[in-house]
Amino acid sequence: MKFLRDLLDKQKPLFHKGGKLENLFYLYEAGETFLFSPNHTNGIKGAQVKDAIDLKRMMITVVIAMIPCLLFGIYNTGHQHFLATGQTAGLWEDFGPKFLLGLQLVLPVVIVAYAAGGLVEAAFAVIRKHPINEGFLVTGMLIPLVVPATIPLWQVALATIFAVVIAKEVFGGTGMNVLNVAMTARAFLYFAYPAQISGDLVWTYLGDKAPVDGFSGATALAVAYNAGVDGQPVAQALAEHNSAIGDGLYSFYNMFMGWIPGSIGETSTLMALVGALILVGTGVASWKIIVSGFAGAYIMGLVMNLFAVNEYMAMSPEYHWVVGGLAFGIVFMATDPVSAAQTETGKWIYGLLIGILTVIIRVTNPAYPEGIMLAVLFMNVFAPLIDYYVVKANKNRRLQRATV
Amino acid sequence: MSKTIKLKKGFDIKLAGKAEKQLGDFKRAKTFAIKPADFIGMQRPKVTVNEGDLVKAGTPILFDKAMESVHYVAPVSGEIIEIKRGDKRKLLEIKILADSEVSYESFEKFTDSSIKTLSKETAIAQLCKGGVWPQLIQRPYGIVANPQDSPKSIFISGFDTHPLAPDYGFALKGEEKFFQAGVLVLQKLTTGKVHLGLELDSEIAPVFANVQGAQVNKFSGPHPAGNVGVHIHHVDPINKGEIVWTISPFGVVQIGKLFVEGKYDASKLVAVSGSEAKKAAYAKTYIGACVDTLVNGNLKQDHIRVVSGNVLTGEKINNDGYLGFYASQITILPEGDYYEFLGWMKPTSEKLSYHRALGLLSFLKPNKEYVLDTNVRGEERAFVQTGVFESVTPMDILPVYLLKAIMAEDFDEMEELGIYEVVEEDLALCEFVDVSKHPVQEIIRKGIDLIQYS
Repeated sequence: MKFLRDLLDKQKPLFHKGGKLENLFYLYEAGETFLFSPNHTNGIKGAQVKDAIDLKRMMITVVIAMIPCLLFGIYNTGHQHFLATGQTAGLWEDFGPKFLLGLQLVLPVVIVAYAAGGLVEAAFAVIRKHPINEGFLVTGMLIPLVVPATIPLWQVALATIFAVVIAKEVFGGTGMNVLNVAMTARAFLYFAYPAQISGDLVWTYLGDKAPVDGFSGATALAVAYNAGVDGQPVAQALAEHNSAIGDGLYSFYNMFMGWIPGSIGETSTLMALVGALILVGTGVASWKIIVSGFAGAYIMGLVMNLFAVNEYMAMSPEYHWVVGGLAFGIVFMATDPVSAAQTETGKWIYGLLIGILTVIIRVTNPAYPEGIMLAVLFMNVFAPLIDYYVVKANKNRRLQRATV
Repeated sequence: MSKTIKLKKGFDIKLAGKAEKQLGDFKRAKTFAIKPADFIGMQRPKVTVNEGDLVKAGTPILFDKAMESVHYVAPVSGEIIEIKRGDKRKLLEIKILADSEVSYESFEKFTDSSIKTLSKETAIAQLCKGGVWPQLIQRPYGIVANPQDSPKSIFISGFDTHPLAPDYGFALKGEEKFFQAGVLVLQKLTTGKVHLGLELDSEIAPVFANVQGAQVNKFSGPHPAGNVGVHIHHVDPINKGEIVWTISPFGVVQIGKLFVEGKYDASKLVAVSGSEAKKAAYAKTYIGACVDTLVNGNLKQDHIRVVSGNVLTGEKINNDGYLGFYASQITILPEGDYYEFLGWMKPTSEKLSYHRALGLLSFLKPNKEYVLDTNVRGEERAFVQTGVFESVTPMDILPVYLLKAIMAEDFDEMEELGIYEVVEEDLALCEFVDVSKHPVQEIIRKGIDLIQYS
């Protein structure tokens, strides 16, 4: 390591004030601090020792928590292709080819997201003279996980750039943003290029192969919604769906496991829960938001049951946990500490409302089959308001004490 | 009514190098110094002695033109050898070369019964002249108290939960009589009560047992349960316009000695602690002592930092620097000015962390005593993680909102969020656990200054 250190030290004067490349100082710094934790020591006054954590470590923890979702997504992408084209029926048959195909489809999306976003980050760091934001480590991984594997790469790049610039950098970078950056990217795609990120045709990669007879690429959410319109019990509709490629594609178990079509990383409730376990176990994400998010969806599902006028409203509430991207959204998007509520009481309310809103949007709105994306963005906007009242309550307690 | 308060929030930083409960074999310091910067809120320090003057312990050497009645006195007898000034003639320190035997200025003596009948005015006059007044600290602001105020209560914390903090049971052994006298004097100064905070479920040190004239409140929980600011918050919180005074047990003993023995006795037992100290033990010395006799020859290695005070709120001093006026310990740590390859990612159980993020394994060994150095362990960033500061602050205060209000210089917001209830030490743990490495204590002081001087 001494060799690397010497190399860095030798280049250092180039980037410091007066050096030839002083404009690129923050790029150099990003590389240097990635390789070596800096040698800064604590100031003369104040805390003389510091906790071992820093923002880099916190962010990489989130990335690690997403790896199960990513790996699952890669295999599932291949698996869904093999299912739809009738090449294999068994889950673990053709493991290698499925994984390779998934890799071939997913890896470019990940690389493009990191590259496009990274370029924007670097450009802003150089122009605005601030350190590179580690927050992008997470954003760059989240974006690929919430788009279908069939998405055109230029759209991934465009959405990432849009989100990093408009949702984050214009506010001043990580820590200052109002909206969750990855959700903004997805919303951008959803409204700008709906054909590539909604409907029945984009979720399963077919390639140049023809699908088996009777194949339908509709997602579970679409099937559930249509069941509601047609007056067929949702559980039955889900169970019967796509019998052409094997029974029980949308069985509760399969949906919980995630062996269904959908965006790359969001299909598996199980993997999202594994991620949740990592995030909560390491204390990086708030368990309050996760618990109240799932609770909110369940409660709203129950309320819908009570007032059910169609079959979708009568759907058993636990189905809301496994269809669509609710689990992934609550675990990875809602818990973003910057855009979520920041007070402890506020987190309960914030999570609960995300769950409730998601189910309302899913069930009652014909234009948006999935509600988690809009629910998270909506609550991102309202989080400061929730916090405002929680903080106000704190101030009032202090004021009351004074006047008693 | 005495109160019992159980606190859950907080964090104990367990460090290696706790001072053994015995007197170490340290030579007495040759020089002593009083530094005006130790007295927060001192506005215009004026020296009343010249280089070459001879002083006794208790001779006034300094006063604040904004509060002239309070004397700052020499801790030991000897010769003023240097009046050190910095830029714009700012007074930095007054150095005294100590006599081998300390001689004392004499002040009026009081008997037990005459202390009880003492008038408030006499008490204040004696405290101010006798050099012990600066031991009284005013909240809000954490500044030297003003003799013209009458605080609604006075708080003493009888246990220190800071890392490697001295044990009062040992450091104040045999001082029962003086502590009791001190408490009786303090009673004269407040319209309310004198509160003594002790640790629940632990043996009461003899010095605090059977104290009369003080309400004993008991606290349990991790640091900062021993902080006097936390006690005030839970027992008699400060509202806008109210004043509370605080004083350390050592200060109370010093007051007692002034009234009972009629002398300014600045002697104290100081804990010499820290992982790099060869011999971690107590040293008998005086306020403002040069630490060279405690440090040199007592080091495991050379690349160290000497801290006057504890690792959370202390101040870096040189190997031959001087003990702060209020400090009752020094901590010797390894200096942390090194690079670490992939230090942000490497799994470690050698570095202490309140968090459990990837590879931070210290939570698996909750009782291990850590050797921590002075490395920052990362770079400063915007606030990202939430809820952490709240979880180490056992008060109904929202630290991040308060800090943001200070950064935005929003005065109303600062008041409403409780700036009057905190000083640096109360939020020092936030500075330790902060993911984004903010200088929390510096920000708090900036906020207090803004409120106080405008």
